[in-house]
Amino acid sequence: MSERYDTLAARIHERFGEQMHRVPSTCGELTYELDKDDLIEVATALRNEGAFGFEMLMDVCGVDYLNYGSDEWTTNAATDTGFSRGVERQPVILDEADEFEPNRFAVVYHLLSLQHNFRMRLRVFTGTSNPPIIKSVVDIWNGANWFEREAFDLFGILFEGHPDLRRILTDYGFIGHPFRKDFPLMGNVEVSYDADEGRVVYKPVSIEPRTLVPRVIRDDNRYEADLKDVNDG
Amino acid sequence: MAEIQSYTMNFGPQHPAAHGVLRLVLEIEGETIQKADPHVGLLHRATEKLAESKPFNQSIGYMDRLDYVSMMCNEHAYVMAIEKLLGVQVPERAQYIRVMFDEITRILNHLMWLGAHGLDIGAMTMFLYCFREREDLMDSYEAVSGTRMHATYYRPGGVYRDLPDAMPKYQESKFRSKKELDRMNSIREGSLLDFIDAFCDRFPGCVDEYETLLTDNRIWKQRTVNIGVVSPDRAMQLGFSGPMLRGSGVEWDLRKKQPYDVYDRVDFDIPVGVNGDCYDRYLVRVEEMRQSNRIIKQCIAWLRENPGPVIADDHKVTPPTRVEMKDDMESLIHHFKLFTEGYCVPEGEAYAAVEHPKGEFGIYILSDGANKPYRLKIRAPGFAHLSAMSEMVEGHMLADVVAVIGTQDIVFGEVDR
Repeated sequence: MSERYDTLAARIHERFGEQMHRVPSTCGELTYELDKDDLIEVATALRNEGAFGFEMLMDVCGVDYLNYGSDEWTTNAATDTGFSRGVERQPVILDEADEFEPNRFAVVYHLLSLQHNFRMRLRVFTGTSNPPIIKSVVDIWNGANWFEREAFDLFGILFEGHPDLRRILTDYGFIGHPFRKDFPLMGNVEVSYDADEGRVVYKPVSIEPRTLVPRVIRDDNRYEADLKDVNDG
Repeated sequence: MAEIQSYTMNFGPQHPAAHGVLRLVLEIEGETIQKADPHVGLLHRATEKLAESKPFNQSIGYMDRLDYVSMMCNEHAYVMAIEKLLGVQVPERAQYIRVMFDEITRILNHLMWLGAHGLDIGAMTMFLYCFREREDLMDSYEAVSGTRMHATYYRPGGVYRDLPDAMPKYQESKFRSKKELDRMNSIREGSLLDFIDAFCDRFPGCVDEYETLLTDNRIWKQRTVNIGVVSPDRAMQLGFSGPMLRGSGVEWDLRKKQPYDVYDRVDFDIPVGVNGDCYDRYLVRVEEMRQSNRIIKQCIAWLRENPGPVIADDHKVTPPTRVEMKDDMESLIHHFKLFTEGYCVPEGEAYAAVEHPKGEFGIYILSDGANKPYRLKIRAPGFAHLSAMSEMVEGHMLADVVAVIGTQDIVFGEVDR
């Protein structure tokens, strides 16, 4: 972490106090978590106050923390499905649930200050409501418009106050939010041309999902020291 | 008869000037645009989700297919994000090779842009001229990586292999005379560096040719001056980056302001526009080609003098050589683990941005400690630019829509991801 970023971190701490929680980073980046009710206030201040001057919002990114930290290599029994042996898939459909885990969905904002040459990252968890909902920052940074539409399309996160919250990347009439972790990689429907009906028809997918490389998490002691330093400091 | 005030027109998705699959729903009064509503996503392949289901290294190839006219720059951002998380040091020679190929890529991209933009608004010759030079750069791609477009050349920790000592040559065939063959092979006698060096000597003359055709051309100026004007404040507000931001007069270039690899050791200038219209952005990009040429020259000079490793020696992340594997058990294990399971990236998050030919191309990786990214987000510059389409074309004529699409340098591989 360079000296300049320490100064910025000190300034943020002084201005916002307990509103923003610093998240330790292994690669010298500045990340803060904040409550979703504080988002508009903090974002406005970060943009307008000269000490911060984050006049650009580079990116808005939805994250689904459903499977965070879990691997696929926990079973001891092999199955006869080729490469997928040993991998257990449990489709989790939580969309019908009344409430989500409070830390399931987050929105990550990447800010850039041209005048001070700073970058920082804000992470806001959307809370338990289904559908997840959060305030829109379009009025603060107009460029957020499509990025928020994308997060809505792919994760189903609603942005309160967005002028035109429509799907953007998926097909017209698409059902579901494909980047949620409980949405299958190969989707739910496939399309083909039906010669009898003379049009393109939708059918449930006919292919079996396969895992070529299972997801594993291994402790690598080379990195532990780094993380520890940051946590201590 | 009812008087019709304004009407809605559909543009694309199959339109030669739409640069791919852009569908625009235009609200028009007479021939004046009142509102444009771009519909994107027709090329959506869910690259980010695919990457989340694969080990880190297997997604490098997907990066080429994002912005498919500036392949290596996409890879660069991706491998930089991984290196940031792993803390891998890249050898100096690999950094120079990367910078050189980033700039070759920038020229490739700007040539494609200039040709297509010219063709869209009536300058047919540009397309042929630009593709003539692109061919040589594609050959450099091929010589170094084996493919002309989707290189997969950058790896976390360096690049896949060192620059080759010989250029591939054209073969004899019954469709080519001996004389023709000799002429085509005459610039391919030396190494790849000689080939690129010869290109760099030739290229400023080519840029002069393009400028002769366009810069003072009355029709070109009528089509671009005062079209799609964006003020510096609006450009920042809308999240513009790259030539779109510099065309509006904001001096911001990641290669200078947040230098990565060896950009702080090469000498170049950043061109900046004044009026923020299509013409200024044209001038900025043309000058960028000249500056890229300068950077490539400096990289060639350095690379000739300084041989060395081109990929890090950390075999948890980079594969050992074939020779080592023959008699070293440890290397064999490393190789096996690397290609079956990949490497686990420590828990954390990183955002790596490069000055892509189109703007700031960023990769945000969120890792939970597994051998696959937990979440990968691609920040594509074209996405932010296209979102400002309506604002840029409002009040212009229908024909100017094409000029604005051209000036934004839209490629749907990255917008739709």
